Amino acid sequence: MTGIEVKIQKQLGEFNLAVSFEAPSRGITALFGRSGSGKTSVLRVVSGLQRAKQAVIRINDDVWQDEKQFIPTHRRPLGYVFQEASLFPHLSVRHNLEYGWRRTPVNARRIQFDDVVELIGIGPLLQRATARLSGGERQRVAIARALLTSPKLLLMDEPLSALDHGAKQTILPYLESLHDEFEIPSLYVTHDPNEVARLADYMVILDQGKVIAQGQTANLLTRLDLPLAGYDDAASLLEGLVSSHDHTYHLTWISMDCGRVAVVREDLPVGQHARVQIRARDVSLSLSAHSDTSILNILPAKVIDTHDLNPSQVLVRLELLDGQTLLSRITRRSAVALSIHEGQHLYAQVKSVALLS
Amino acid sequence: MIVDWQPVWLTLKLAGLTTLILLIIGTPIAWWLSRTTAWYKQTLAAIVALPLVLPPTVLGFYLLLMLGPKGVVGQLTQAMGLGTLPFTFAGLVVASVIYSMPFVIQPLQNTFESLGNRHLEVAATLGANAWDRFVTVIVPLARPGFLTAAVLSFAHTVGEFGVVLMIGGSIPGETKVLSVAIYDHVEALEYGKAHFIAGAMLLFSFLVLMILYLVNGRLNREHQP
Repeated sequence: MTGIEVKIQKQLGEFNLAVSFEAPSRGITALFGRSGSGKTSVLRVVSGLQRAKQAVIRINDDVWQDEKQFIPTHRRPLGYVFQEASLFPHLSVRHNLEYGWRRTPVNARRIQFDDVVELIGIGPLLQRATARLSGGERQRVAIARALLTSPKLLLMDEPLSALDHGAKQTILPYLESLHDEFEIPSLYVTHDPNEVARLADYMVILDQGKVIAQGQTANLLTRLDLPLAGYDDAASLLEGLVSSHDHTYHLTWISMDCGRVAVVREDLPVGQHARVQIRARDVSLSLSAHSDTSILNILPAKVIDTHDLNPSQVLVRLELLDGQTLLSRITRRSAVALSIHEGQHLYAQVKSVALLS
Repeated sequence: MIVDWQPVWLTLKLAGLTTLILLIIGTPIAWWLSRTTAWYKQTLAAIVALPLVLPPTVLGFYLLLMLGPKGVVGQLTQAMGLGTLPFTFAGLVVASVIYSMPFVIQPLQNTFESLGNRHLEVAATLGANAWDRFVTVIVPLARPGFLTAAVLSFAHTVGEFGVVLMIGGSIPGETKVLSVAIYDHVEALEYGKAHFIAGAMLLFSFLVLMILYLVNGRLNREHQP
């Protein structure tokens, strides 16, 4: 059996955690929800740090907990990155990294010490005392330390939330590369929709100790019945391939079966998979395809449904020709003027596209 | 002036042995007290702290009864063919362990409590079992606590008098420790000898505490993030 199965039933004082989901055995699965929704408790039960009498935790063929057995945390092949880096203060950076590495049986070491140090870029820090690291450096060391146990599941509990914006931006690329370098499935707890869009392939949305939705990130981000689409920063994710570079105007074209979009030029090989993020507020609608506009990205689309966000704004969910979903936020006045209705064919004009990976 | 070094040697032996035994049995008790949520935790903590407030003679009196030929422990030791403990060096060690117990348990318990659980949890996720976690995470992080406990227990045992007098008496080479020797000298009006030993103890105590404060200050600075 492949996949990650999590079933938890636990009473925590007044709070009832009743969670059940299955996540894919590859890629990053985001556990998304507001604070107090039970995300961290799920991670703690999965790791075995917190006991739940009624729980089933299965990682592919390995059962970590069910009615009959409970494997203690130290015998579960997992990596755990806490919100604060929690490095051992009495050990140097190198000895922190080696702590888990030494305790991993030699034949289970799929991930090599030097590879991780290089990938996470912490070579220059190895001999330092942990007290002399910046917040971002500490969290990178903590991520590397967790990876060096060659985990079969990586658990990350808001690893970026304690960091400032700059440090976040330096760590995100490392988290993205984990994905490609080591095929470790991850559960990633966050309340930040941008981190979800950037990192997660699959997501589980929690609210008050219950799972309210689970599925592909691109689908859930655009579901009108979920809180994500209502955010000011609500966005859609589109998947495509790098098709060409425009040297004159410094653009990179990402092509999809439904058309192509331009992003600010990035040095990526042609043919590489690309994920782009498009904010709902950057998408306007038009009944005909204009060529006399500054907007480069015009995609034919069909209206799936609409949702009134507030008395002045409407969210429109669109299906592109290849089945991908795009959100557009327009004024209610425009929606009425264009008589937006389900099944209507029109053109989405995308003002700005962000390349995520 | 001829100084009798035997009480000095006996005192150091008693204090060293007491400290060693207390670290061995006090560490698990302090750890348990720092982590348990059992309802009788405070009761046990109060019992451990009793020697802090009891007059040493009271403690010595009960120990004398318990360890004596008619006491519970005394009958047990006799049945085991060990004789009775009062007025022996072994009896002094038992009494000192009980008398100095709070000086080991309380600093250790405070240190363990201040460490929290996060580092232990991290160690568990990195594959360390319970014993491994204690030895490689708690012990090094609690070093200042262990040092304080050891020094306090040693110094407190060196300074005990009432308990020794009740349960040990003043048998040269067996139970006549420094504090008793000073008392005997004063009783015999040998003020010179009493001065010498008393002065030495004063200096010793000051040096021990001085070293403790210096080393702890340095350890604390090391661990500041």
